[in-house]
Amino acid sequence: MSDYLRLENIRKDFGSFQALRDIGLSIAKGEFVCFLGPSGCGKTTLLRIIAGLETQSAGSIFQGTRDISVLPPAQRDYGIVFQSYALFPNLSVADNVAYGLVNRKQPRAQIAQRVDELLKLVGLPGSGTKFPAQLSGGQQQRIALARALATAPGLLLLDEPLSALDALERVRLRQEIRSLQRKLGVTTVMVTHDQEEALSVADRIVVMNQGVIEQVGTPMEIYRDPASPFVADFVGKINVLAGQLHPGRRVHIGDSVFDCAHDTDAARDVKVYLRPEDVLARPIAAGDANVFEGDIDKIEFLGSYCLVRVSAPAIGPQPVTVYLSLNFLAEQSLQVGSRLPLRLLPERMRLF
Amino acid sequence: MAAVLPLPVSPAVRQRAHWTDRIAHAVLIAIALALILFLAAPLSVILVQSLETADGAFAGLANFASYLATPALLQSLWNSVWVSLAVTLITVPLAFGFAYALMRSCIPLKALFRTITLIPLLAPSLLSAISLIYWFGNQGAARGLIQMLGVDNIYGAPGVVFAECFAVFPHALMILVTALSLADARLYEAADALGTRTRRKFFTITLPGAKYGLISAALVSFTLVVTDFGIPKVIGGNFNMLATDVFKLVIGQQDFQRGAVVGLLLLTPAVLTFIVDWLVQRKQTAMLSARAVPYRPKPAAGFDAAMTAYCVLVSALMLAMLGMAVFASFASYWPYNLTPSFKHYVLGLVDAEVGDAFVNSLKLAAGTAFFGTALVFVGAYMLEKTRGLDWARPIIRLLAMLPMAVPGLVLGLGYIFFFNLPSNPLNGLYHTLALLVLCTIVHFYTTGHLTAVTALKALDTEFEAVSASLKVPFFKTFWRVTLPICTPALVDIARYFFINAMTTISAVVFLYSPDTKVAAIAILNLDEAGEIGAAAACAVLIAAASTVVTLLFMALGWWIDRRTQAWRQPTPR
Repeated sequence: MSDYLRLENIRKDFGSFQALRDIGLSIAKGEFVCFLGPSGCGKTTLLRIIAGLETQSAGSIFQGTRDISVLPPAQRDYGIVFQSYALFPNLSVADNVAYGLVNRKQPRAQIAQRVDELLKLVGLPGSGTKFPAQLSGGQQQRIALARALATAPGLLLLDEPLSALDALERVRLRQEIRSLQRKLGVTTVMVTHDQEEALSVADRIVVMNQGVIEQVGTPMEIYRDPASPFVADFVGKINVLAGQLHPGRRVHIGDSVFDCAHDTDAARDVKVYLRPEDVLARPIAAGDANVFEGDIDKIEFLGSYCLVRVSAPAIGPQPVTVYLSLNFLAEQSLQVGSRLPLRLLPERMRLF
Repeated sequence: MAAVLPLPVSPAVRQRAHWTDRIAHAVLIAIALALILFLAAPLSVILVQSLETADGAFAGLANFASYLATPALLQSLWNSVWVSLAVTLITVPLAFGFAYALMRSCIPLKALFRTITLIPLLAPSLLSAISLIYWFGNQGAARGLIQMLGVDNIYGAPGVVFAECFAVFPHALMILVTALSLADARLYEAADALGTRTRRKFFTITLPGAKYGLISAALVSFTLVVTDFGIPKVIGGNFNMLATDVFKLVIGQQDFQRGAVVGLLLLTPAVLTFIVDWLVQRKQTAMLSARAVPYRPKPAAGFDAAMTAYCVLVSALMLAMLGMAVFASFASYWPYNLTPSFKHYVLGLVDAEVGDAFVNSLKLAAGTAFFGTALVFVGAYMLEKTRGLDWARPIIRLLAMLPMAVPGLVLGLGYIFFFNLPSNPLNGLYHTLALLVLCTIVHFYTTGHLTAVTALKALDTEFEAVSASLKVPFFKTFWRVTLPICTPALVDIARYFFINAMTTISAVVFLYSPDTKVAAIAILNLDEAGEIGAAAACAVLIAAASTVVTLLFMALGWWIDRRTQAWRQPTPR
């Protein structure tokens, strides 16, 4: 894959505060990349630097073969969608979408045709004569998307485009954005603080924290193979247990000893990261390795499955949270106080 | 933190400016230069003059010393201070009562009461002085009334205090109405739930809540009175105040140096007011949280009746003031022949060439409204919505706020010093209508600027970013989006400029020539010539013109609303 957008050693200082430190990143043509991180991690600043709305303190940006590091926004090639939609309220939907086209001195009929095409593309055909205030939030964001795509830019920048929408609309629109992006093949960068959103739409996720990139990877890599405790903590739910790693791929947790996929030369203290779904309640056969027993503390009903807190003295004072299906709980007639055997998968334990 | 590796030193990255950015920068610089030339420079010259001898040699504080050694001038200083204090102490409580009635009771006809109290703003402040002369002057209609109160002669301190109270009342009222509108009903509900008495609620919730408004109103009243020129000129008689002194020193005696000293004295309370007000504003905004529930007064028969009576009384006094001026302006020969006639209007307009002055006034007001609105709005837009030139922005912001702290009289003084200099290449502007327009724009710049900034801040901050990404230059977005959305604010700004240009005296009194005399100045001249009837007629004409123009602007606003603001309707048509 060829790089379409390349960031090299991007740094941004606000006074003595370092918002971004030495960011390097390559994005391939047609890729959908999400910048994910808690608020204040620098993800929006990085997007605005790519857009030229802020200027980096140091570093270079290349788009295609062009060095765009010091170009003003108007000389870069991108479309942008903001959380606030930023639709021009006094212009009709059609005029909003045509805003960037009119400036290119295209014939009127051609513009009108392109506007119709775009409105169809975002699923709002025939709404051209309405004003933005007459549309719902989700519809307005679709128009903003159409406006950004109207000039067929090489890069689409989305700055938390779904944050202002309600939960249902958010899920619907993010899938629409994803399929639209696939269809057009436009290289896309989306900023979000919602991990579920990032996991569900991105080709690759860039997890950021305190101005640095913690990990870059596919959603699956980020989830399954977090590169740092921060990524493990931030993406998905996770149990953190204190343990000790011993030579011979053995990890001691509490009074129990488990097989694991990590090895060491000398014993050292570690933190064991376990996803709730990686603590198995079945199938467990007699004599299986890596099994321990615990008592159910609390059952949090979440619909088809339950979040079950189990305290197991055998692995120390800290309780473990596991996902159990409603059916399983019913089959085994488990309730608060019930005893439950659990098994750990060696290859799913992350040790830091 | 542990040892940090030294970062590689590289030159800071600077974004290349787009040609459209350069246009914005050029406009911004032009506006900054205009403000420096027509605001900062004249003010600096006052300071320089106050430190120089008449020959231009450095005099140190000699002018201040000579001022302090002149008993007559010191007397004026004292007069100004105590009169302003007295007016403040009378007006602020009266206005507070009125604002309280409007905001915290269920009296009927609130809109009418409010409109009546705004009337003084439509005429030059000296209209109330002229009315007072008709009511209580030597041939006044109700002279006996004030003689009963122990005031033998309305000319002098009593007249000034009385007239200023009327002139300042609407200003104090507007501030206090705003202050009292910022009430959180939840506080009162909590107090009720705790069984708090009405009196205690007033002193523990209402008054502290309006504290900043009261401070603001008091400071504004004081400053307005100290720097007012028209009223002491008309009704002050031999009672000298700072504002009249400055005129006598500069125009009468050509004593620019001591004139500058008095100018600086006048500047002091205004600058203080400005600083305190700025501090107060910052606290005020933090006071009311977004979740506050607006307070709704509940009907209470006795209280509402008392408040209605009070409002009727105050409104009646206001109308009596205006009414007397109107009545007297039509009276054939006060007080002997009260048959209505147009004698004074004819005398004033035709014989005393007030007609020309009136045309000049309209020209001044129209010019100020047009060019002022354009300048203020473009300036605010460039300041708020364009990028780059970051070092210049705080300076321009400060310059835009500065006029608020400069009384018109001081600004006019600065203009006469600065533009009258033979060495000034802009000397040719002196005595022209263009300079009057510029001076008036600068004088009222801040309010217009703040209105424009508020309107612009309500717009999405990303409009310009979106336009740039679509490669549409900012000025197209300004024309197609920003300007149409902000037209209601533009109409407000234009109306504000127009009315103030019609009624202002203080700054232009130093700058007119016989050819560019405006109507408000003509009133002063007529009064000086003893033609008080014609003076009243002229003041009434200004008030009438202001009223008509206000109504026209309201109609314009309504029409523009219908034409361009259709998109605000959330329902599909």
